[in-house]
Order: sequence, then structure tokens, then C-alpha cells
Amino acid sequence: MIEVEGVSHRLGEHLALAGVTVAFTEHRVGVIGANGSGKSTFARLLNGLVVPDTGRVLVDGLSTSKDGREIRRKVGFVFTDPDAQIVLPTVGEDVSFGLRRAGLPRTEVAERVRDVLARHGLGGFEDRPAHLLSGGEKQLLALCAVLVTEPATLVCDEPTTLLDLRNARRIAATLAALPQRLVLVTHDLDRLADFDRVLVFDGGRLVADDRPAPAVAAYLDLLR
Amino acid sequence: MAAVNPVGLYQPGHSVIHRLPAGVKLAGLAAAVAGLLLLDDLRALAAVGGAVLVLYAVARVPARVAAAQLRPLVWFALLLLGVQVLLTDWPHALAVVSRLLLAVALAALVTLTTRVSAMLDALLVLLRPLARLGVRVDRVGLVLALTIRGVPVIAGILGTVREAHQARGVSGRPWQLLVPVLVRVLRHADALGEALVARGADDD
Repeated sequence: MIEVEGVSHRLGEHLALAGVTVAFTEHRVGVIGANGSGKSTFARLLNGLVVPDTGRVLVDGLSTSKDGREIRRKVGFVFTDPDAQIVLPTVGEDVSFGLRRAGLPRTEVAERVRDVLARHGLGGFEDRPAHLLSGGEKQLLALCAVLVTEPATLVCDEPTTLLDLRNARRIAATLAALPQRLVLVTHDLDRLADFDRVLVFDGGRLVADDRPAPAVAAYLDLLR
Repeated sequence: MAAVNPVGLYQPGHSVIHRLPAGVKLAGLAAAVAGLLLLDDLRALAAVGGAVLVLYAVARVPARVAAAQLRPLVWFALLLLGVQVLLTDWPHALAVVSRLLLAVALAALVTLTTRVSAMLDALLVLLRPLARLGVRVDRVGLVLALTIRGVPVIAGILGTVREAHQARGVSGRPWQLLVPVLVRVLRHADALGEALVARGADDD
């Protein structure tokens, strides 16, 4: 379970989140809102990238302010721009980054890297230079680099925003098929139809929390 | 065959040379370059040149890739040859230039057949004694890896900013690129730092 209790957080002078309280156990949770509404800050709370000024965030009972290391093993994070997430020059090296740091044996690392790449359409890409991949392939690589560490929850902050339609569909299909719990921040409202729950942010506040159809309707009302 | 990596230069392969541990290759390179410095005889240098060609063939490095390693040196080698001829004599000048070219060819062979991560691992083994002085050796390796990865990213940022300037009719003034490139690089650094934390790089 993920519990966000009375969280407020400032980014400089800007109040990014104001008194947000929500808890969820659902498998598919969408997060929507206009630019600057606080949804990305909310997403960053969930694996401890942002520690709130007030309130607390618990993941399976662990506090993000005290147990960041354990929580980051449970909660993987995929960013909007894969170029900022890819840290090593080749595909294989980048995917193995987290496993190598965890001290896993080389043979196991190689096997897991091969397996995750094959499962997500990058089989045989191990030696490809990361910077020569297409945008969609880079985002798949960023996704594989997180999935290879086998997190129970995946938080994705607008993972398709920089992609063309074909690649956006490819990433969305990949995310839809994942067994992990998924928290997806997105502007693509059509993708949320099958989700269990959708949170709507506006001005740093959680203004709607419902099934996809009524939540999306509430969001569209805000835009009028 | 996979595309050549202009950053790491690594050419994927399964040759004996590819499979050698990076530490062995680096030690061999150091020994070979030290040996080259002691060689003055042109016939011996020619023999070493033949051996280097054999090593490239064993590693199955395409001729154009091999040639590309030495091409940037051509003008410098010709200049060095000219200076050496003026200062000494032809045999000595040829020996000096040959030593330089052979050393670069051997170093390039190591780079072409060794993954960046393997090279960094070997480097970390060499740096390990510094851990006793409190140096975070793994961090040194990570910084080097990030530096290598950063080259194409920054090149991409530079290209984007240059195109944006050209699209707005501003061109021919490289200094005007400095501030927007710097701002984007700093933003990228911020995002990269966040990603490293998310991937557990700051957890020990």
C-alpha cells in the first residue's frame, strides 16, 4: 500500500503540493492535471525523490524520509526524458548498472539483462550505443533499466510525452502488459480507460479521486 | 554489425582479443608501448607493425575502422617526420614516427575490443588502493562513465541549439550558443542527478 498523509511541499516560492492525503493499493493508478498542477512532484514523492516539507509518505509501511534505499528497490521510476535516465554508453551496460551496483554475479547480471531486453523488444541490442537509439527505443531502454531490478511498483512521469505516436503506443502497450503496480502520470487521457483509479491535481491540491470516467470528466471541467 | 560507437569506439565481437580481460589488455598495452620505446631498428619496427596487423585481423576489425584510428594522426606524423629529418636523419625519423603510429594503433585496438564498463572495472582495480585514503573508488568509476555518456548528450544539445538559432536567422556567431547550451547542460545535469538517485546510485 502507498499512503500519502497530509503532504505539503514547496519548490522555492511555489507551493507544489498542498495538504495532499491519499492511499491506494490498486494495480493501475493514473495521475492527471495541467502543467504545474503538482502531479510530477506527487509522483516523485512515491519513491523518495522528493521528501515532503510536511506530512509523510509510506510505501508498504516504510517512510520515504527514513527508508529511501529500501523504497527505491520497491518503487522504480521512469522519467519523461530517457536521455537523462540513461547513464552508461551502451544498452547492455546501462541496463546492468543497477544490478552491478547491487553486487550481483556477472553471469546473473548478463542473464537478467538479456532477458529483460528480449521481453521488451530490445533483444540483441546489448552492444548498441544508447545515443544512437530512436526515441522510443531509448524510452524502452530506460524502462528495461528499471524493470531489470524487479520493482513491485513502477512510477512513470509522462513517459510518452516526447515520443511520436507509434513509439508512444509501443511504450503504452508495454506498460499495460506489465505485472507491476503502475502509477502513470500522463496527459494522454485515452490511456486511462482501463485504469483502476485516477487522481486529478490542480494547483497542488488533489481535487478528484475516482474511477477513470468521472475523474477525467472532473479534469475536463477544470479546463473549461 | 552494430553501429560504431563514436564515444567508446567499441566494436562488438567474440574474438580472442575481445574475450581477454580488460586488465590483461591494458597491461599488455603498457608493456608493448614501453617495449616500442626501446626499439630503434626499422626492421624490428616493421616486424611489430606486421604483428599489429595480425592482431587487428584476429580481432576482425574492419580495415576502414582500423584506418580511421590513425587518420587524425597523419598530419601530425608528417610534421614530426619533417622535424626529425631536419634534426637527425631519415632512419631515426622513420623510427620515431613508426613508434608513435604503432603505439596509437595498439591503444586503439584495446579500445575497439573492450567495453567501456570493462575498461572502467579494470581502472577501478588499479584505483582500489586509494580506498584506504578514503577515496570512493566506485564513485570515480561512475563519474568517468557519466563523462563518457555525457559527450553525445552535450553534442546533441549543441546541435539542437544551433538549429534553433539557424531557424531564427541567427548564425555564424558561436559565442551566442554558449548561454543556451550551458543552461540546457545544467538542466540535463539536474535531471541526471535525479535519475541517478532514482536508480539507487546514492544509496550507499
